[in-house]
Amino acid sequence: MPGKLKAKIVAGRHLPVMDRASDLTDAFVEVKFGNTTFKTDVYPKSLNPQWNSEWFKFEVDDEDLQDEPLQITVLDHDTYSANDAIGKVYIDIDPLLSCEAATVISGWLPIYDTIHGIRGEINVVVKVDLFNDLNRFRQSSCGVKFFCTTSIPRCYRAALVHGFVEELVVNEDPEYQWIDRIRTPRASNEARQRLISLMSGELQRKIGLKVLEMGGNAVVGYLQCFDLEGESGLVVRAIGTACTLDKLIPGTESKEPVFSEDPPHPLSVPPTPLRTLPSSSSPPPFSPSKPCSRQSSSSDTDLSLTPKMGMGSGISVGKEAGPLKTLLRQQAQSALEQREFPFFTLTCFPPGFLVHIGGVVSARSVKLLDRIHNPDEPETRDAWWEEIRQEIKSHAKALGCHAVVGYSESTTICEEVCILSASGTAAMLNPRFMREGSVCVYSRFDDASPPSCGFCHIPYDEFNMPFPAQLTYCYHCRRQKVPDVLFTTIDLPAEAAVTGKGCLIQARLCRTKKKAQGEVNATAISNLLPFMEYELHTQLMNKLKLRCMNALFGLRIQISVGENMLLGLASATGVYLSALPAPGGIQITGKTPSDLSYDQHISTMQKRINDTIAMNKELYNIHPLECIEEVVGSPIPDRQRSRLFRSTSESSDELSELDLSHGKKDAFVLEIDDTDAVEDIQSLLTDAPMPAGFYSCNTEVMPGIYNWTSGLQMFTSVRVYRLSNANLTNQGLNKIFTDLCENLLKSLYFKLRSMIPCCLCHLNFTVAVPEEELIQVRRHTPKHTSPILYIFPKNILVRSGENEEQLQFSMELCGESTSSNNQPTAKPSVSSSERCSPLPEVRSRSLRSTRSLPCGAPVTVVKMTPLSFLPRTRIVKYLGIINMFFIRETTSLREEGGVSGFLHSFIAEVFAMVRAHVAALGGNAVVSYSMKECVFMENPNKNQAQCLINVSGDAVIFVRESDQEAIPPLIMSGQPSTTGADGTT
Amino acid sequence: MSVELDVFVVNTTIMDEEVYQLWLDGYTVNDAVKVRMEGGVLEGCDASAEVLHSDTMDQYRTFQMCERLLHSPVKLANQLLFQIPPHRQTMLIERYYAFDSVFVREVLGKKLSKGTKKDLDDVSAKTGVTLKSCRRQFDNFKRVFKVVEELKGPLVENIRKHFLLSDNLARDYAAIVFFANNRFETGKKKLHYLTFQDFAFCAGQLINNWTVGALGESLRSAFVFSDNMVEDMDVDLEKEFLQDLKELKILITDRDLLDQHKSLVCTALRGKTKAFNEMEANFKNLSRGLVNIAAKLTNTKDVRDFFIDLVEKFIEPCRSDKWTAGDMRLYLTHYTNSAHVLDTFKHQVVWDRYMGVIKSCILKMYHD
Repeated sequence: MPGKLKAKIVAGRHLPVMDRASDLTDAFVEVKFGNTTFKTDVYPKSLNPQWNSEWFKFEVDDEDLQDEPLQITVLDHDTYSANDAIGKVYIDIDPLLSCEAATVISGWLPIYDTIHGIRGEINVVVKVDLFNDLNRFRQSSCGVKFFCTTSIPRCYRAALVHGFVEELVVNEDPEYQWIDRIRTPRASNEARQRLISLMSGELQRKIGLKVLEMGGNAVVGYLQCFDLEGESGLVVRAIGTACTLDKLIPGTESKEPVFSEDPPHPLSVPPTPLRTLPSSSSPPPFSPSKPCSRQSSSSDTDLSLTPKMGMGSGISVGKEAGPLKTLLRQQAQSALEQREFPFFTLTCFPPGFLVHIGGVVSARSVKLLDRIHNPDEPETRDAWWEEIRQEIKSHAKALGCHAVVGYSESTTICEEVCILSASGTAAMLNPRFMREGSVCVYSRFDDASPPSCGFCHIPYDEFNMPFPAQLTYCYHCRRQKVPDVLFTTIDLPAEAAVTGKGCLIQARLCRTKKKAQGEVNATAISNLLPFMEYELHTQLMNKLKLRCMNALFGLRIQISVGENMLLGLASATGVYLSALPAPGGIQITGKTPSDLSYDQHISTMQKRINDTIAMNKELYNIHPLECIEEVVGSPIPDRQRSRLFRSTSESSDELSELDLSHGKKDAFVLEIDDTDAVEDIQSLLTDAPMPAGFYSCNTEVMPGIYNWTSGLQMFTSVRVYRLSNANLTNQGLNKIFTDLCENLLKSLYFKLRSMIPCCLCHLNFTVAVPEEELIQVRRHTPKHTSPILYIFPKNILVRSGENEEQLQFSMELCGESTSSNNQPTAKPSVSSSERCSPLPEVRSRSLRSTRSLPCGAPVTVVKMTPLSFLPRTRIVKYLGIINMFFIRETTSLREEGGVSGFLHSFIAEVFAMVRAHVAALGGNAVVSYSMKECVFMENPNKNQAQCLINVSGDAVIFVRESDQEAIPPLIMSGQPSTTGADGTT
Repeated sequence: MSVELDVFVVNTTIMDEEVYQLWLDGYTVNDAVKVRMEGGVLEGCDASAEVLHSDTMDQYRTFQMCERLLHSPVKLANQLLFQIPPHRQTMLIERYYAFDSVFVREVLGKKLSKGTKKDLDDVSAKTGVTLKSCRRQFDNFKRVFKVVEELKGPLVENIRKHFLLSDNLARDYAAIVFFANNRFETGKKKLHYLTFQDFAFCAGQLINNWTVGALGESLRSAFVFSDNMVEDMDVDLEKEFLQDLKELKILITDRDLLDQHKSLVCTALRGKTKAFNEMEANFKNLSRGLVNIAAKLTNTKDVRDFFIDLVEKFIEPCRSDKWTAGDMRLYLTHYTNSAHVLDTFKHQVVWDRYMGVIKSCILKMYHD
């Protein structure tokens, strides 16, 4: 009996009227955990009952504590007939199981019903007494901390990063069980909610066990997903990075560069080649036992193999190739090779952790779903993922890298076809974070590369590149080779030197496909996939050039399948890395030079493109110093080849590898005879420029902007479109899809116009093609916004779509340091007025303790953000992970304002429940918030709709930085730093 | 291709005050989009009418969801569904409960019943306020009326506390409730020249001086406990006082007293006003008018006609004699004060209580 769970029901308020005759309610509460149920007394005739119950005590195993939620059901007592349920509250006990997280859950929580939504609130207090359990064969993993945040949580430091953990559990979906035919929708929804809650608890417990086995105490970058496979079952899976975290003593943390949010920025001055990263002064991530393991970033010169960027993944050649292996390499490898998968779900790292970046690696596999026969043995699904991970691993090796960072997995399901995708960024890591006591003999003689450019240096061997890439000496340190373009899935390292500002870059693609069933369908899809990836890649590359940038961060490619089309949406944040060569322009050529008018047409196009590039340079403030001299190779690469390796394995397990390099064709040259090229050019030029005062990116911080205010706003936007014409061509679809995305962005800019200057960060898009012939596009905007556009082809009756986006905007105050050059609207007056709008909220919170709202008990303001931090604030405590799953169903769709009204109120309710749970934990914000799943189905003929939403995040307590604290970052941030960095080249 | 679903939800609810006003004014989404376009909201934005439409829809939905909460504003502050900063909450409530003076003028003094509600389309056609807005305003009146009807204590304070309204707005609602409760006639043609603010002022006077609540805290509680009063202290006129008013009749029934009163007033007025002759000639009529109004107030029916009587019996004769506002003030001051000098007139307290209100009401109402 290692735990005692105690719950007390205090009161209810705003309950619905259950008795029409009296306009009142006779409410009582059932408190259930596992198989034990307690009841309160009936509080007659009141909409605001005061139960003040005794403490209900549950004596349970800690295993159950982890798996089971506490279920609170509010009912209306009825003497003559069955008691009516008013609604339920599920409370995840997990945050109470770690001594460092929350100690009590206490507060007003919304009472939720899957049919009626929120129906009043209930005030509860929940506590847990844990007894120490010394049983080494225990099945529980209490005390392991979980974080959604994909960086080392602020207020902790990573003593050790153990590596990848994964787990999945499967079950039958209650919605598809026979019993569903006879029970009410409410019962079915509740069965599903309960099951998923149980499964995520179990999953978390199992992952926790793995972490304990590895000797860790926390999971960072915890990513949990549901696959609703319909008939074939329900899969809940999770991946994460096991770490050993040490809590920082308050006060020391401010020193840590890694954790300081605002100015990721350091180097206003030419980075003094930091060969002297003193181990003592870089407190963050050192395994305590190992003072000797000092930085030693690495010697890039010698290591090297493999290809270049690209979504390339790659070739096995690379592995052998490094002729001059350094000790470092061997060590790193040996440290990592002990693990099955040297993967890290982190996207943001302690300084010195990341040594070099190879490029994006990705793998997709098309599978046919079949019924899960034995839920206790989820081997099939495990094997599928295992296969994909192996592939990723070998791709990384081919790029000369021993690890994959920014790793994530996803699925898309359409009927019985399922595409599993995994992607990450191949990288070389500093082994000192991974092994305790490893003998780090790194030769310090090797020059440590400066942190501001070191990660760009190629990890592979330049003489042994499997395919040619344009390498030049690093424009920053001039010592090592760098590729001309770099694609990654991680966030921009804080110490990176960038020129100008970044921006959101999207590639969108739509491909039709014939309707088919089973194996045929799977084959058709896997044949299409490589072409889609290739085209997305080309689009990204062109758009990057058009913006005069040379690197992509936070790249996320989503491919979704519908019955008769495939959708691809790639989003990333483009930046100009000072260390990389300036991108070349885009040239257009025609194949029939004889035709005069044709030439003219081409030159007009060329001019438009050149003008756009020039304009973008201004817009993003990209003014790299002219590079001169000793550039190896011309600064403008004459040839660029992109090579794309990807592999698709079908259900047949056949593995195909494609070389999608452009061959001899120069990638920068678009030949206009080619209809595709015309399309490309069109799509290049149709991207509307962002309105003045707006910035957007899909990473946590906007490169090139360092002055953030604490005003932020998170949004979710969902859109569903129905396609009017089923016989659309690829081009037609592409155009529609592009317009949808552009319109959504425009709409966001418009709605948020009062907040400029403003930056949409972590803008996250998700696209889906709902069943049958609907395309659903889901996009996530700033910070994990997940808008879903469902595009419905004509006359489909069933469709569903959603776009959710959340955006957060942070305001940029344009600092004085910003010289007059193109800072758009940022006049001091503007920024101050800007500040007013977001700030009052903050103010009210900080005054919360002293001031009360007109009617007494004020509701705690809870901020939600997809970012892992809140600008200008300090997170003082992590209270535990929030992972909630809701289903909402209606049989009176029209009465609730149609699909939009229904979904609008559901999302608002989900936000409300997240806020309430965070507040009950004692927190005032959710960071790394994300809406992972938003599945919407409707049947307007029956006036019905159903929606499932899964959200997650980390509940935290933050405090505002005092003004004094806030000032220094302001001063040290800003333009000068960037220009300074440039100056050094 | 058509947009099937389009929602935008934020953590801290964003509201555009302009759109809120359009919603309150009962504009349809399409009309609101038109108004916004004409207002130039798209200028400087690279956005189309669809963007504007989608934005307007989002906001309208938000308002509709908030509306339920606005019906009991106290809930707005502790509800969990929308995270709205306090100053925004105040704005939302204040605007929601704001009303058009043309509209309120039409329903003032009417019973807040279903029947009246049915006639709102006529009111809407007449005033140009949209039917939707009329209904909202009407429902607001009715809601406030229902809540305060059952409450003890000062009317304005109750309204302010339960609806979190500003002082001015709470006072206006007190007037509306008071008028609805006593069913004062305000719709007669002769009263058309009076604005809502005129009536609200008079209602304030009546509430503060002629109701049980007007007696002051200490007296009030004594009164309530001793008498076990059932009626609402601020909403009903004090019965005892109305009874006492009958005693004032002596001022006109006793011929000596009437003459005496007249000569006192005329002496005081002589030479101070151009309208002196008319005042002297009309004194008896005017005095009879005012005293008769007082004497009849025990009848509910006559209470309803209070304002029309004031206009017919007093204001109109004066106006036809071209009294200025100054004349009016002078006359009423002396008319009131002179009664104190009359030896045989014993009802000074009631007289003051009556004339204090009458005087300020008439002064307020005496305009074109």
